[in-house]
Amino acid sequence: MIELIVADRCTGCGKCIEVCPNDVFAGFEGDQPTIARRGDCHTCFLCELYCPVDAIYVSPLADREPGLTEASIVASGFLGHFARANGWRAGRPLREPARPAAPTNAA
Amino acid sequence: MTEAAFASDLHTDGSADLVLEADVLVVGGSLAGCWTALAARAAGAKVVLVEKGWTGTAGVVAAANVGGYSVAPDAASAERRRIVEARHDAAEGLDDLVHVERVYAEAHRAYAALEALGFRWDARANAGARFGRFIGPYTLHVLRGALERAGVRLLDHAPALELLAHDGAVAGAAGIERKTGRTWAVRAGAVVLATGATAFLSGAMGTHGVVGDGYLLAGEAGATFSGLEFSTLYGFAPKGSPSTKGWWTNSASWFDAAGRPLGAASGRGGMAEIARAVLETGGIQAIIDRGPDGFEAFSRLNHPNTFQYFDRLGIDPFRQRFAVQMIYEGHIRAVGGVVVDDACSTGIAGLYAAGDLTDRSRLTGAAMCGAGPAVAWCFASGEWAGRAAAQHARARTDRPARLEALGRVGLRFGTGGRNRPDEVRTAVRSEILPLEKTYFKTTTSLERSRTTLDSLWDRSAAGFRTQTADDVLKAREAAALVAAARLQTVASLVRKESRGLHRLEDHPVSEGRMARPVLLSGLDTIASDWSREPRMAVQNFGTLSNAPHP
Ligand SMILES: Cc1cc2nc3c(=O)[nH]c(=O)nc-3n(C[C@H](O)[C@H](O)[C@H](O)COP(=O)(O)OP(=O)(O)OC[C@H]3O[C@@H](n4cnc5c(N)ncnc54)[C@H](O)[C@@H]3O)c2cc1C
Ligand code: SF4
Ligand code: SF4
Repeated sequence: MIELIVADRCTGCGKCIEVCPNDVFAGFEGDQPTIARRGDCHTCFLCELYCPVDAIYVSPLADREPGLTEASIVASGFLGHFARANGWRAGRPLREPARPAAPTNAA
Repeated sequence: MTEAAFASDLHTDGSADLVLEADVLVVGGSLAGCWTALAARAAGAKVVLVEKGWTGTAGVVAAANVGGYSVAPDAASAERRRIVEARHDAAEGLDDLVHVERVYAEAHRAYAALEALGFRWDARANAGARFGRFIGPYTLHVLRGALERAGVRLLDHAPALELLAHDGAVAGAAGIERKTGRTWAVRAGAVVLATGATAFLSGAMGTHGVVGDGYLLAGEAGATFSGLEFSTLYGFAPKGSPSTKGWWTNSASWFDAAGRPLGAASGRGGMAEIARAVLETGGIQAIIDRGPDGFEAFSRLNHPNTFQYFDRLGIDPFRQRFAVQMIYEGHIRAVGGVVVDDACSTGIAGLYAAGDLTDRSRLTGAAMCGAGPAVAWCFASGEWAGRAAAQHARARTDRPARLEALGRVGLRFGTGGRNRPDEVRTAVRSEILPLEKTYFKTTTSLERSRTTLDSLWDRSAAGFRTQTADDVLKAREAAALVAAARLQTVASLVRKESRGLHRLEDHPVSEGRMARPVLLSGLDTIASDWSREPRMAVQNFGTLSNAPHP
């Protein structure tokens, strides 16, 4: 379950608000998001993947109440772990599609 | 916004906050929905894709990796047979090999077409890269990019709440935007539902948004359902983790809660013994010590999702026992759902369906369709549904001014009710999730569940207490959960035998005369019928009677 956003790192880009499939985050671009609906989080780690600055930590335990400190998470080295394991950096896959996709239809 | 406000606000006369026109509207933007939208677009249609979450991260495999079957056109015949018949024995008479081959051949074309869109099988530079193996987040990222470039209009965080119809044909859908609470309506020549199956909010990975909305939407339009009695699969996850990806289960040694070894049982093959150990000893443990050489490195590369758990908690699963839980997967890796024909039409004019929402028993019969067939089906059914919907829309010239709204329970019936969605949700889950009720089914336990679920349906029909847009969504989702649970329970009661994944403790053997699908229709009164053979299912639409007569 989503644990926390590391305030020091978050740039307020709003990407996590946009991509979370369960609408867990709230806020406006330019501000740091809040975790508004923690109970709707289904532990997919995809906000971590899309965060361009690795500022998000999701606990692998689905029901856990947050209890870790920012400092301990930063020290753990796990920020961005899922992204690195998937071959993503800065919120994008390292290997983008081989060629730009042509429009599928002339219309 | 209350249900009543949503219902009257809406859209039938074009008064929603956002009104769009399309040839094809696709509802649900994960594997099946994305491919459907691309296929419809390629067929020349103007396409809108609405997704409850965000197209790119939504759907059951968004965070994991999956493999999809396919058959190459030039495959040697032995190879072709090996793939096409892989599940034939386990299907126990309910599959249709002509259909199976057609699906895997179409999947092969689709994977190649995906490659032509820039998709790379070696996207993660891993040793396991091969045709038909999909890294969830990457695949959906590529699909989203392709949709944007193709000019498909994407509405994210925009759940559909109901279908719209005109003159006996489905002609659009309406819903809300979660971020703003605004209403939307899309008037379309055809609608494809790709809303997935449901795991009844068991907590299985990626399933929070798939609660059976499509069963409700399709059922209200008159769709037929089949195969839901085979929904007995539970996935294995490290305790506390939602990740039910099963890559390790056949390479592990298993123990009960007291640490006693569980015979030779491993993974899915030993599911019954493991399930019994859970009930009798309160838990299970495993250690991944039976994998082939190189398994550890291979697994780490290919299943980063599961390793978030092991790594972040400091567990070495190859050298250390860890506690395991069983999480219900509902209809996801099973086969039941909305019956569709070869073009993925539901038999209702203007309404098509693709992916997990549909009945996949023609593909794998009474066996599971996960681990290969399911992904092939998402692409094949998406291709066919998208193409057929585009064609249907082209042939349709009427653009009626007013549309009829089909949504009822949880949305429009009896606004005086005071149900709370979370209470209804909890009540449904307690009829479906326990192993005692769904893995070890008996006629008595099913009848008891049916009574409870029928009264939940009546309660839901009386209405929910709703104030915000989110409440309206949750009310509708609660109604969908009840609908799906009732259909599944009735299906299990009608099939008075054991076959494949469907086991009745009081009818432990299979009956030859029941080697055919059970069809269900109706949401208030659920009628059942037996069709003659798998491929006949959709033709039987509209000729349902209450009496099963095998
Ligand atoms: C852990 C796991 C591993 C698996 N492994 C394999 C494998 O290796 N091989 C294989 O073949 N299969 C596998 N499967 C099955 C396979 O993943 C599914 O068949 C496939 O992902 C289903 O895709 P879908 O698009 O049909 O449905 P889903 O992924 O369920 O997507 C449905 C989408 O519809 C959206 N939606 C729902 N309701 C609404 C609404 N009202 N309005 C708008 N949008 C809505 C949802 O948000 C969701 O994005 C696995 C499944 C799981 C859970
Ligand atoms: S994606 Fe990362 S940087 Fe952007 S708002 Fe969210 S936490 Fe902050
Ligand atoms: S882990 Fe998934 S569901 Fe949870 S907040 Fe992140 S993106 Fe949303």
